[in-house]
Amino acid sequence: MAAVKLIGSPISPFVLRTMIALSLKKVEYELLPEKLGEKSELLLKSNPVYKKIPVLIHHDRPICESAVIVEYIDQVWPESGYGAILPADAYHRALHRFWTFYVDDKLFPSLVAIGKAETEEAKAEAVEQFRAGLRLLEEAFVKLSEGKAFFGGDQVGFLDVMLGCFVVWIEAMEEVLSLELLEEATMPALHGWVVSFRAHEAVKEVMPESGKVVEFFKMIRAMRMKAAADATN
Amino acid sequence: MAEAEQVKVLRFWASPWSFRVELALKLKGVPHEKVEEDLANKSPLLLASNPIHKKIPVLLHNGKAIPESLIILEYIDETWTDNPILPKAPHERGMARFWSRFIDDKCVGACWMSCWTEGETQQMFMEQARACLRILDDELGGRRFFGGESIGLVDISASFFALWLGVLQEVAGISLINGDEFPNLCRWIEGFVASDVVTECLPPRDKLLAVFQSKKQAILATKSMVY
Repeated sequence: MAAVKLIGSPISPFVLRTMIALSLKKVEYELLPEKLGEKSELLLKSNPVYKKIPVLIHHDRPICESAVIVEYIDQVWPESGYGAILPADAYHRALHRFWTFYVDDKLFPSLVAIGKAETEEAKAEAVEQFRAGLRLLEEAFVKLSEGKAFFGGDQVGFLDVMLGCFVVWIEAMEEVLSLELLEEATMPALHGWVVSFRAHEAVKEVMPESGKVVEFFKMIRAMRMKAAADATN
Repeated sequence: MAEAEQVKVLRFWASPWSFRVELALKLKGVPHEKVEEDLANKSPLLLASNPIHKKIPVLLHNGKAIPESLIILEYIDETWTDNPILPKAPHERGMARFWSRFIDDKCVGACWMSCWTEGETQQMFMEQARACLRILDDELGGRRFFGGESIGLVDISASFFALWLGVLQEVAGISLINGDEFPNLCRWIEGFVASDVVTECLPPRDKLLAVFQSKKQAILATKSMVY
């Protein structure tokens, strides 16, 4: 019986966050994917409040919410693998957490809005909002990285994990919608960061294949458009 | 010898969010200066300290600016380690963070919107709010505080329910929090507001009631939490 289990699969960026963290720490675990459209009894029992993935189960005790899980992983396995994920000092921890809140509350919803937009106008507006958010993160990266490869400096840090999980989705949406979201011209530092992040051994281990994410995105888009068409008939 | 600490809180007297920060600092005995903000006319200091959201509370510690109440609470706990507000053990620590976020992401919003909507929309929000309060009531159980024997992160996060919710439901003429449905929460409220430290920090109820009464029409129009 595995001591560490994770409910979910890496196609979800929130599950991917926790997988990157576990990979950075070189912690072994059992991955328990959910079937699309169905929620297992284990999930409903382990996360009765939200009924959502990811859920980490450690020694039979569940922890829910990806940001909470990553902080838990960092606390339980402080020195393992590549070492600490959260920065050493309280102020930098606060900054990484602040930008993580921003990613979750503002940036991610605008990314979702791009995928859901039903008119060209709505899409253009959502794209501009998303790019504006990325431009703020570009500035934050320059300040936090201090010339190094990651938000965490030399090491992959908390914000790298919390933002990096969306990279493959951003790329998939760029391909399917023929858009440039992470513009090299206006966001050169973030562009460089994506390369470094994707190249990291611990990230490569768990990053889903781009092709799979593209197919998944196309599938959910088709499902959504069909549901909208059915609703108007 | 520690350098002279400069601790300021950019705050608004009626805000439950800046209350959280002041309570945490008080619990840890950290001397600090309260800088009252006029939310209709935000100071250059606030705009410079929180350029992204331009909101209170902001903690200024020796020139470093930390915004967002839950982030500030963690910073305070890590910086001034007496009277910890977060549990040390990883699972308990994780659960405390989980419940604080639940309060902010689901509970407060549902309670707020219950007060300022009507008809079917209001019924929907009130159902959501009751479901949240039920979950919190169950989670608290027979314990004195969410933090056990002493006030912790979740108690501080839940302070909205201890004073603000009662005032809001009075202004809105609805009943959400009551002793029959939520006995544990109501017992918690009594114990929480009776604590000396909390009493010192809470804004006066009658003043809070007056401000919400006077802003009622404006809030009904916008549903905005910035009042």
